[in-house]
This record gives sequence, structure tokens and C-alpha cells, in this order.
Amino acid sequence: MNELVFFINYVVVAGSVTGSIYAIGAVGVTLVFSIMRFAHFAHADMMTFGAFTVLLLTTAFPGAGAALGLPTAVVMLPLAMLLTAALAVGIDKVFYKPLRAHGVKPIVMVIASLGVTLMLQGLIRLFAGTSGQSLYVDDRKEIFRLALPFEGARAPIVVTEPQVILFVLTIVCVVGLHLFLSRSRLGKAMRAMSDNPDLARASGINTNLIVAVTWVIVGALAAIAGTLLSLDVTFKPDLSFFLLLPIFAAAIVGGVGHPYGAIAGGFVVGFAETLAVFNWGVLLRPFRDSLPEWLASADSLAFVSTEYKIVVPFVLLVAILVWRPTGIFKGKVI
Amino acid sequence: MSTQQHREDLVAAPSRFPLREVALFALLMAAILGVYATMGAAYSTRMLVEAACYAILALGLTIQWGYAGQFNAGVMGFVALGGYSAMAFSMPVNGEFWASPLSGELGMVMLMALGGVMVVVGASRLHHLGVPRRLRTGLAVALALLFYLLVSARMGVVTEQIESQFGYIGGLGLPPWLGWIIGGALAGVVGYFIGKVCLGLRSDYLAIATLGIAEIIKAVLKNADWLTRGTATVSPLPWPVPGPAEVGFTLARALYFSVTALMIVAIFFLLTRAYHAPWGRMIRAIRDNETSAAAMGKDINHRRLEIFVLGCILMGIGGAALGSFNGLFDPQGYLPLNHTFLVLVMVILGGPGNNLGTLFGAFAVYLIWVMSEPLALAVLELAITFGEGSFGWDAPTNLDSRALQARVFVIGLLITLVLRFAPKGLLPEKVKHHG
Repeated sequence: MNELVFFINYVVVAGSVTGSIYAIGAVGVTLVFSIMRFAHFAHADMMTFGAFTVLLLTTAFPGAGAALGLPTAVVMLPLAMLLTAALAVGIDKVFYKPLRAHGVKPIVMVIASLGVTLMLQGLIRLFAGTSGQSLYVDDRKEIFRLALPFEGARAPIVVTEPQVILFVLTIVCVVGLHLFLSRSRLGKAMRAMSDNPDLARASGINTNLIVAVTWVIVGALAAIAGTLLSLDVTFKPDLSFFLLLPIFAAAIVGGVGHPYGAIAGGFVVGFAETLAVFNWGVLLRPFRDSLPEWLASADSLAFVSTEYKIVVPFVLLVAILVWRPTGIFKGKVI
Repeated sequence: MSTQQHREDLVAAPSRFPLREVALFALLMAAILGVYATMGAAYSTRMLVEAACYAILALGLTIQWGYAGQFNAGVMGFVALGGYSAMAFSMPVNGEFWASPLSGELGMVMLMALGGVMVVVGASRLHHLGVPRRLRTGLAVALALLFYLLVSARMGVVTEQIESQFGYIGGLGLPPWLGWIIGGALAGVVGYFIGKVCLGLRSDYLAIATLGIAEIIKAVLKNADWLTRGTATVSPLPWPVPGPAEVGFTLARALYFSVTALMIVAIFFLLTRAYHAPWGRMIRAIRDNETSAAAMGKDINHRRLEIFVLGCILMGIGGAALGSFNGLFDPQGYLPLNHTFLVLVMVILGGPGNNLGTLFGAFAVYLIWVMSEPLALAVLELAITFGEGSFGWDAPTNLDSRALQARVFVIGLLITLVLRFAPKGLLPEKVKHHG
């Protein structure tokens, strides 16, 4: 039984955590992909920016959380979302809009977004330094231990407070996004523009407004994902390059331009990562006596060691590009 | 768009005096002389050598991005491969390792891996023998996983022993230039496989894939201690010319510079010939209008792969030359900022597709890059003393590392500004209209 608990702790919980974060990140990437039609490399840095804003706000008002019974960082999240959304719209105004007006190729936009990535990275590290910091400035991280009602299950299932918040917020985001895209006028206009921008413009949709709204959503989602990630571990000013590949992998696995696909892709990538580094030898332990000796003696049966975790999203990405370029959900190849 | 006027600017009048080129290069020359005057000959020559290595990288990127419109965001990976190859070929042979039984065991694992690959490839071709496609795929995947687990478990045992007993397997004790050539070949092979997968797809995917592969190459080099000593780093790497210990810093570096300069001249000559040859015209035709080039019967994917591999080879060679010059192989020292984005700025600032412009961009940007650190530090210090004096700030302690971050910002700003205001670079490619 303990092995099962181990499996739940290290695969089910950990996989859902990374999966949710990748999912929220990938939705942002995929929205930019479908509306603006370029791979937005600065997304991971927007996530970092959002988390950094939360950190600043939390240090500024450390007492705000206690009043509501939530961690201060979560209370500050809406404000950070607003600021990140403003940043996203501002970046678009200054850097991407002029290029769009010139009618450049998408790849030039990609390079511009690389430039934006570097600028954001430089600014964040200039102010935040390069070491990791905890978002729990004043509060304590609560840890819930759930004992299983079985004989022989000694170890409890461990879930931390930020993980619970993460699951709740992920569900809220997904449902909110679904309602927005399927019910609201703006959401429908967004989908129309993603399907065919010329036709959308011709039918009187204000494309400038749609672009701005997209950036607002993308910025807000980036702030949420970045903050949740930093709540779960620590805030690191240089996490963007490690996030970029899994997020793009998730967006492409799910099918580019397909928000629901991005969510599914996020979980696929998150679970693939956890399963690949998981030590399968643990699950074999209860059956040690009945196994052949060479298998029982192997105490580390992981597909890749943790140092090579970054390879997993890449392999998934390449596999999808080779066998099914449209992704699981048949997104479009723009 | 005002195409007519636009075009007139770009048409190269054959008799035109190259005023812009001469002015820019004179300015660059003056700047270099200024550095020589202020920083001393040894330091400045080192800067020149590094700039020359970067120029080779930039020429590699300019044929990919400028000639063919492919955006490679993983220059770092190819540079690291070249550096590794320079190290592996030039370091002395580790006799103890080769005499021990472990070398034989390592060979056995390699043979096992090779055998596994052949079995899997064989399984993936079973449909030619009438096996259903679905069964074939399943069989190939299952076999691949099985062999992977077997080989990696075996490999782990052997490499751990190598690390604990001998450190790493050592080099081959061959002249460095051989390592440079093989480094180029290695980068070319990796580039071939990436290109095979990604060039048929949308251009963004190539950028994502190359960015990823660069990180993976770095992760492997960093963690495969038996091969590279990982974070323990390998030094000193031998030079192809007499080292500083024999002839002094300035002369040794000047000799190294002449080697790299010769390489640049050779590459430049070949590239310019290729550019003006029918081959270059075909490549530009593909870049400018793929559909019509395809309609003329050009094999687009083949040509794109050719160009991509060619660029990767140059990056491998440049990376090897840079690695040998640093005298230290440190996988952690390969950073996207220094080895990918800096090169990108060199190319887009200089003028993608124009070899002369790329050369100018490489030297100019490297000069700015090197000089920006003391400059940023000075500015920060000034700001801090001002701040302390008038507002009573307390200065952050890690000022140097923060000044380095300002460099990141400047590179990013440079990229976006150039794209916005000079998308064709300072020395734009001259479009000649033939016939």
C-alpha cells in the first residue's frame, strides 16, 4: 500500500501540479498563436513577471492575506494579473504592432518576441537579483496529510496548500475561458478571427479590440501560471527558459490554436515528465520475492534521470511534429 | 507599398563607390584602435580573436537566415558541439582508461546500442514484408523502449565506474584543427536530423526545435561526466599555434588571430562565390517565392536542408575555434545569451544575407558587447553614489552580476530596435536583377 501512496504523491499529485501549470501557460501561447499567428517566445517571461509582481506586492503588504484567511500571495494575484495584462498590451503596442502594420513574416515577429524575452529577463534579474525567493513572505506553507483508510498504509498522501489553490484556480480558469469563448460576443469574435482573420474583418469585427483582449487574457493567464508555479516551489528569476520548451510542447501536442487542446497537452506533457523520471522500481518492491533476480535487484528503474528531464517535452514535441503535425486535437497548421 | 522607389535603393549600381561600407569599416577600425590604445595589446588581441570566432558563427547564421530565411535559435548547441569536439580531439590520451577492461565494456555497450538501433529500424520496416502497419508501429515502439531501458541501465553502470576510477575517458591526442573539422561535421549531422524533421513545417517550429535541441546538447554535455568531465571542466586545451607560455600573450594571440582570419577569408571567399553562382540565385529564388521556385522544378526541401546543414557546419567550426581559444571546456559556460542571441544581433544588425555586412556586424557587436560591461558597471556605480548621496539608498551588494543583466536588456532592445527601424541591417543585401 505504501508504494501506492508513493505513486500517488510522486506521480498523480506532482503530475497534476506541473500539468496544470503547463496547461495554463500553453493556453496563453496557443491564443497568441491563433490570433496573432506567431510563436510568442516571451510568454514564459510574462509568467516570471507576474510572479515577480506578486512577490513585490506581497513584500509591500504582508498582512493582507491574514484578513481573508488566504496566503497573501493569492490575495495579491488579481492585482498582478492586471499589471501583467497591462504589460502585455503595452509590449504589443510598442514592439509587435508596428511590425504587424508593416506586414512582416511571422518569423520576424518570433525574433522580436525573443528580443522582448531578453529585455524582460534583463529587467527582472536587474531588480530581483538571480537567486530564488519564497513567495510565502510572512505566512507559513500549510501541508495537508491525508491518511488512507486501509490496513498497512502508513504513509499519508501529502498535498500542500498552494497545490490545492492551484487545482481550484486551474478549474476556475478553464471553466471561465470556456464560458468566455463559447458564450460571450467577444469570445465568439475571437474564434472567428482565429479561423479566418480577413473574413472576420470583413464582417465588421474590430480586430484591434480583439488583439487587445487577447493580450489581456494572455497576460492574466501568464500571471496566474507563474504565480502558482512560484508558490509551489520558489520564485526563480531565471525559470523562463526551462518553462518555454514544455509550454510550447504542450501547445503543439494539443494542436496549435486550440485552447482545449492546449489544456490537454499541458497535462500530457506534465504527466509524461513525471512518469519519465519516476522510479518504477518502487512499484516492484512488494513483488520482490516473486520476481526474477535481475529485475528485483534493479533499484532505479527510471526512463531518464532528473538531469535530463528537459529532454522529455522535446521528444514529445518532435514525435508530434513527425507523426501528427496538427496535434491531438487537430489544431490548424497555420 | 512604394515598391518602385524601394527597389531603386537596393539595386546595386556597378560603378557606385561603396561609401557606406568604407565609412562603416573605417569607423570600426577607429573603434578597435581606440580599444588598443586604452586596454592594451594583449587584451585587445584577445577580443579580436573572439570576435573572429563569432564572425564564423555569424556567417553560419547569415546563410541560414539571410540566404534561406530559416531561423535557427539554437546556435549555442552547435557551438557547444564544436567546442566538445575540439576538446575531445586535442586533449592527451587517457592511457590508464584505454588499458583497463572498462574501455572494452564501454565498447560492448556501444555495440549493444548499435544493435538495438538496427533491430528497431528493422522492425519499423516490417511492413515491407506484409506485416500490418499498426502491428509494425507497436512492435517498433515496444522494442525501442525495451532496448533503451537495457542499454541505459548497462551504460549507467559502466559510466559510473569510469567516472570514479579515471575521471573521464580523455581525448585522442590529435592536432586541434582535426577536432575543428570533425566538430563542424558533427554539428552538420545534428543539423541534418533537425532539418529533416522541421524544415518542411512552419518556420516557427524550427525556432522552437532548435532552441530545445541546444538546451538538450548542453544538458548532455553537462551531465555526461565520463565524456566531458561535466561541471569539473577540462583545461588547458592545446592550441594549433604556439601558446602564450612559449611566445608571450600578445604574439600567441596574434598568431591565433591570423589562423582565424585565414579561415574567415576562405569561408568568405567560398560563400561569396556561391552567392553569385547559379546556386545562390536559386537559393534566393526559393527564399523570395517558394511557390514559383517549386513550379520551376527546384527541389525546395532538399535545398533548404542543404543550406541548413551548411550553416550548422560553419557554427560547429566556429564553436570549435572559440572553444580551443578559451582553453577551457566548460559545458555550463554555453549560454543562450552569449552564443545564440549575440550572434543573432550580429547578423540582423550587420545585414542578413550580406556577408560583408555580417562581418561588420560581428566585429562591431562584439566590441559593444565587451565594452558594455565596464560601461554598465560605471553607470550603475554613478547611479548608486548619486542615489546614496541624495536619497540615502543602500546599494545592492551583487553589483557586478546586476550590471551583467543590463547587458541582457541591451541585447534584447537592440534586436527589437533593429527589426523595427532597420530590418535589412546596416549593410543591406544588394539585390541584383539579372538580365
